[in-house]
Amino acid sequence: MTDPNVAGGVSSVDVASAGVADDSAVAHKPRSLGGDAWRMLRKRPSFIISAVIIALVVLIAIAPDLFSSRPAGFSDLLHANEGPSADAWFGYDNQGYDVYARTIHGARASLLVGVFATILTILIGSVVGIVAGYYGRLVDSLFSRVGDIFAALPFVLGAIVILTTFNAPGSNPGVVTIIVQVVVSIAALSWPVAMRIMRSATLVAKQLDYVKAARGLGASTPRIVFRHLLPNTVAPVLVYGTIALGAFIGAEATLAYLGVGVRPPVVSWGVMISDARDYFRVNPHMLLFPAGFVTITVLAFVMLGDGIRDALDPKAR
Amino acid sequence: MTDELLLEVEDLHVEFRTSDGVATVLNGVDYSVHAGETLAVLGESGSGKSVTAQTVMGILDSPPAVVTGGAVRYRGENLLTATEERRREVRGGEIAMIFQDALSALNPVFTVGFQIEEQLRVRLGMSKKDARKRAIELLDIVRIPAAARRVREYPHQFSGGMRQRAMIAMSLALDPDLLIADEPTTALDVTVQAQIMDLLAEIQAERRMGLILITHDLAVVAEVADRIAVMYAGRIVEQADVTELFRSPGHPYTEALMASLPRLDLKGQTLETIKGLPPSLLNVPPGCPFHPRCPRAESRCETERPALHSLGFGRVSACHFADEVVSGRV
Amino acid sequence: MPQYILRRLLQLIPVFFGTTFLIYALVWAVPGDPFAGKCGQVACPPAYIEMMTAKFNLDDSIFVQYFKYLGNLFTGDWGETFNGVSVGELIGNAYPVTVRLALIAVAIEAIIGLSAGVLTGLRGKGFLDNLVLMSTTFLISIPVFVTAIVLQIVLGSELGIIDASVSEDATIGELIVPGIALGSLSMAYIARLTRTSIAENRHADYVRTAVAKGQPRSRVVGVHLLRNSVIPVLTFIGTDIGALMGGAIVTEGVFNINGIGGLIFRGIQNREGATVTGVVVLLVMVYLLVSLIVDLLYAVLDPRIRYD
Repeated sequence: MTDPNVAGGVSSVDVASAGVADDSAVAHKPRSLGGDAWRMLRKRPSFIISAVIIALVVLIAIAPDLFSSRPAGFSDLLHANEGPSADAWFGYDNQGYDVYARTIHGARASLLVGVFATILTILIGSVVGIVAGYYGRLVDSLFSRVGDIFAALPFVLGAIVILTTFNAPGSNPGVVTIIVQVVVSIAALSWPVAMRIMRSATLVAKQLDYVKAARGLGASTPRIVFRHLLPNTVAPVLVYGTIALGAFIGAEATLAYLGVGVRPPVVSWGVMISDARDYFRVNPHMLLFPAGFVTITVLAFVMLGDGIRDALDPKAR
Repeated sequence: MTDELLLEVEDLHVEFRTSDGVATVLNGVDYSVHAGETLAVLGESGSGKSVTAQTVMGILDSPPAVVTGGAVRYRGENLLTATEERRREVRGGEIAMIFQDALSALNPVFTVGFQIEEQLRVRLGMSKKDARKRAIELLDIVRIPAAARRVREYPHQFSGGMRQRAMIAMSLALDPDLLIADEPTTALDVTVQAQIMDLLAEIQAERRMGLILITHDLAVVAEVADRIAVMYAGRIVEQADVTELFRSPGHPYTEALMASLPRLDLKGQTLETIKGLPPSLLNVPPGCPFHPRCPRAESRCETERPALHSLGFGRVSACHFADEVVSGRV
Repeated sequence: MPQYILRRLLQLIPVFFGTTFLIYALVWAVPGDPFAGKCGQVACPPAYIEMMTAKFNLDDSIFVQYFKYLGNLFTGDWGETFNGVSVGELIGNAYPVTVRLALIAVAIEAIIGLSAGVLTGLRGKGFLDNLVLMSTTFLISIPVFVTAIVLQIVLGSELGIIDASVSEDATIGELIVPGIALGSLSMAYIARLTRTSIAENRHADYVRTAVAKGQPRSRVVGVHLLRNSVIPVLTFIGTDIGALMGGAIVTEGVFNINGIGGLIFRGIQNREGATVTGVVVLLVMVYLLVSLIVDLLYAVLDPRIRYD
């Protein structure tokens, strides 16, 4: 997904009902939306499949040595450009690297970028969104305009400008630096979407009768925010976050492909795809395997996000 | 009164097939309406009053709804066995329907005029100019002021009562003989309610239309209806003339409904309610559907389903003890 | 309605200044030598530096620089690259190709997406529905550059249906495959959005009324249902046009299209500040203009917005 900003646009979760418990039955335990959602999710095959894939990818990222005996840097020029074999399941690339080993070790960087970018985006977006939604008027206008400013920048373009500004071509930033920069760039360009979701969820929640009642009773602002507003906004943000995670992993790959993202010696799927660009005719598996991994991982997150959205949608119960 | 018989619903059975099971929504419904007559169909939510009307119109969501038995005769013709083309002809042209929430029942992106004229242009082939003229006339009939301006406005620009009037105007466009009003005033203020009910009564009288008024509000019924059919759990439990019904109900359910009406002269006393809940339609027990909540219930009520027992003069009641119920009050 | 337009315009103005200033600052205000590498391997002669500094107002504060720059822009002077090539000319040569590509992509994604969405939305669960759902999920997950590369390889090198690279002045025919790659993501979104919108609106009260009125099914679906359901889809397509005009850097790179994407990418690599800021200002203006039009479109389509 080159433009993660599309990820937040299609949510149809009814925010107002999301946090309200169903208490119509007297005899048995009250069923909450969360509980119902979990029950629904458990049965769906797409949820199970996506959960398994994600768990697998996370495991690969945490403990790559479980899956590959060779380190990422292993290279045997004699076997360069060989196709998949019993010795190297994904074959070798043009420099003799074991594609399978690199793919396994590359999961960590790709996943880290995705996870941290998502956390940062949601953090910034949520704070700004809740403040804008809660206080309204001037504060809202101000923050919304700031959000619009960042949203007006096309994603890829903005990311390239930011990343090359802080890394003149030819300079050699450290691994941590570059990952931080990529994460920050993605978050800087994506937070407006999270902000809009939070803001509209807050606006709806603000109008709920029990929130008005709490304010009327003189509840303090933090209490209102944490106990009344936040629970109502969890659902759409959760759906967005899941899909955004997938989108950001794709974005990392895209930026690496363009040469501005993560770069050697760090291995990520995007780096592998970038390296494979010119050798496709000779060595298709060099590109196809990491591309396949990116696609399947993103697919898993998208399916997960879809599943969560359907499960949390009170209209579908 | 020998007005012609317009509609006869005969032993109608409808099921809803859901993932939780099969719900018997209509379990043998019979009623009839004559020209110039107002039949009120009274019942609580889930009693099947709207589903019956939708079956008559042929607008049930099908799946999950399935008609499993009975007939709907309009001027003798069984609509359930008619072709889809014929059913469509009947809709709007002979039998029209208006709904509870005019705001959601009217299309928000088209003007009120467009929605009325649509009937005239598409179904009668009228020209745009003539249709516009007639639409304004119709809005005048339902007493919407400044009709010529209003005809170009959108539903959300109307007030609740005016929207309902607009919907009534739309339903009259093709001069139907029978109008089904599904809770037309439930969403409106009490004062507006009265105006709409007056309007309906007037229109009906003028055109000698049959009117089926679906409602759960006893007060509305008392003002307007000629006859009342009381529904419970997918069946008719009582049918009678309105005065007869109010004077001496012939079914324990009707009795309980009357008793639960708040009365000004009994100030300060506890409001009466009907204890318990209506039965689940997924698992219809044999016998009388009301028996778990009925003060008169005996053992035979559990097993034997009461037929519609005649109480004379066209009155019927589905209770084993109908005669006692009627006389118990007089 | 006029107040609505006015309000939106007023909102756009600060955003325009904010975004363009942000980019300007990023490009020109970052510490470092702006002339690194401009004169080959050796450092640039002082005379050159002096001339360039004056030309680009580099001695002024960033704010003054920015306003002088904007001033020039609005009088038609988009500046020059460090080599003296007119930025305006560069953009003028590159942008039409990008616009053509964007419009082709939108046309493809709209036609296929809408059709798929309408068909599955009306029909409900079934083979076609599952097929569309699965393929759209898949399309959403593949990064655009992968789609582009795969299409290029399969249709170009392997099957020989198209040329791997696009010619200098690309014709519409040549831009179709790149258009498909570019629009693939949005096509999937449009299909899903349409499907959801139709599936939801199918059971709306006003549809039931239209049926109860005895309107023919073709009108119930084609007029009543469709008119309401396409509102979110059309506004999405509108925003997408704006986004696509923003330069498809990746797609243009893969297919070697001489559009704005390539121009800006090279500009960034070579640190051609004037080119980068010029292009970004243009793209932001286009984006803001398009989003204003989309908002107006929304008001036209949905009367409830108009009379707020």
